[in-house]
Amino acid sequence: MSVETTKQPAATGTLPTELIRLEGVTKRFGDNTVLDGLDLSVDAGRHVTLIGPSGSGKTTILRMLMTLTEPDEGTITVDGQQLFPAPEKRVREIRKKIGMVFQQFNLFPNMSVLRNITEAPVRVLGMSKDEAEARARELLDLVGLADKCDARPTRLSGGQQQRVAIARALAMRPQVLLLDEVTSALDPELVAGVLDLLRDIVRSTDITMLCVTHEMGFARDISDQVLMFDSGRIIETGPPEKIFSEPEHERTREFLGAVL
Amino acid sequence: MTWDWGAVADFMPYFWQGLLVTLEALALGSLIAFTLGLVWTLLVRTPTRWVRWPVGVFTEFVRDTPLLVQLFFLFYVLPETGLTLSPLTTGILGLGLHYSTYTMQVYRAGIEAVPAGQWEAATALSLPVRRTWTAVILPQAVRRVVPPLGNYVISMLKDTPMLMTIGVLEMLGRARLVSQQHFQFTEPLTVIGIAFIVVSYLASLLLRTLERRLVR
Repeated sequence: MSVETTKQPAATGTLPTELIRLEGVTKRFGDNTVLDGLDLSVDAGRHVTLIGPSGSGKTTILRMLMTLTEPDEGTITVDGQQLFPAPEKRVREIRKKIGMVFQQFNLFPNMSVLRNITEAPVRVLGMSKDEAEARARELLDLVGLADKCDARPTRLSGGQQQRVAIARALAMRPQVLLLDEVTSALDPELVAGVLDLLRDIVRSTDITMLCVTHEMGFARDISDQVLMFDSGRIIETGPPEKIFSEPEHERTREFLGAVL
Repeated sequence: MTWDWGAVADFMPYFWQGLLVTLEALALGSLIAFTLGLVWTLLVRTPTRWVRWPVGVFTEFVRDTPLLVQLFFLFYVLPETGLTLSPLTTGILGLGLHYSTYTMQVYRAGIEAVPAGQWEAATALSLPVRRTWTAVILPQAVRRVVPPLGNYVISMLKDTPMLMTIGVLEMLGRARLVSQQHFQFTEPLTVIGIAFIVVSYLASLLLRTLERRLVR
């Protein structure tokens, strides 16, 4: 099934440009088919939320876009360039356009908070150390952790670690931000703060975002488009008002009934 | 059995010489074992099968044959190929090579204990593979490998007397020489026994300090 998340052309008349395209993507882990011939297209600047029961293939899509796992069949293109197979150089180009925030934060425990953020801009983008640090401080200020530059990640709370991880991903100035259940590992009282931060970021930038989440309120707030997954397929898609208020598919109703 | 302090005094000048040789063998042997072990670990993880396979077989072979046999091989067979080394150099190489096949497994365990999420974060940040190893994976692995590596240092210390068999005058070699000349075995052997305990203890203290400094 094909899902187009085409944005209305902006008032200036510029046409939306497709940034991500998946065609017939299939992924199996042993006998388990996680993605079953999936088609998906995401335009630049869109905020797309992937919802559905666990094991329905949502995270696998993000991991493929980040080149952490390969599809068994189908093609994936990012900004017009095909991944899998792709020469090493192109893979590196595409990776630079994409940032990812993980469920378990995955900060580097052997580096200070500041170096977690500056490491890639210096080593990958060739930014000077001073420039990278200045930018890192701005980002830490944005995520509300300006005073934690020299702290070790392990000394921070989960919520703080996730804020640093968000700053780290943004430091690479990605066109696309992938959020993989970023609040699932957090203590309940820390969830709201991280979601508020993400709301601000999404609203104040033109970043394209793909988000896997079980926070339906957050999904409703930030998405242009919600994709409902079940057993490796997208069974329903639409703007959040429609999906959350008048879902068409029986499975969507069941799922929302269970999580809301 | 009587204890003769005079015999102790007679032995001490030789003891110090022996101690120095033992410490030299231990220090250089450890250095080789630590670096060579890391080289093995990284080679075994390369994508090239023609590198992985021979390294795997060679290190397995070295690990599963006795150190003493390897020392004899290095000492008596290597010269036939035209490479003649002093007994001490041969001994250090033997110890280092033998123990590198153990430290290799320590490194492997240390590397595998670094969570997959660390690799994934490095990929997501486009860090080059080499940089991922040097800045992310190895620094985290090092913390985990210090205690087991320390145990192998102690173990290597206790294997240094084997070097006596190829003519290295380390502590036991000295003790035996002096004992046989004076027919007094108790004193020299007791002195080196105590020396082994003291060196192990100091080494473990050193390693514990190192460990504390690394694990923050």
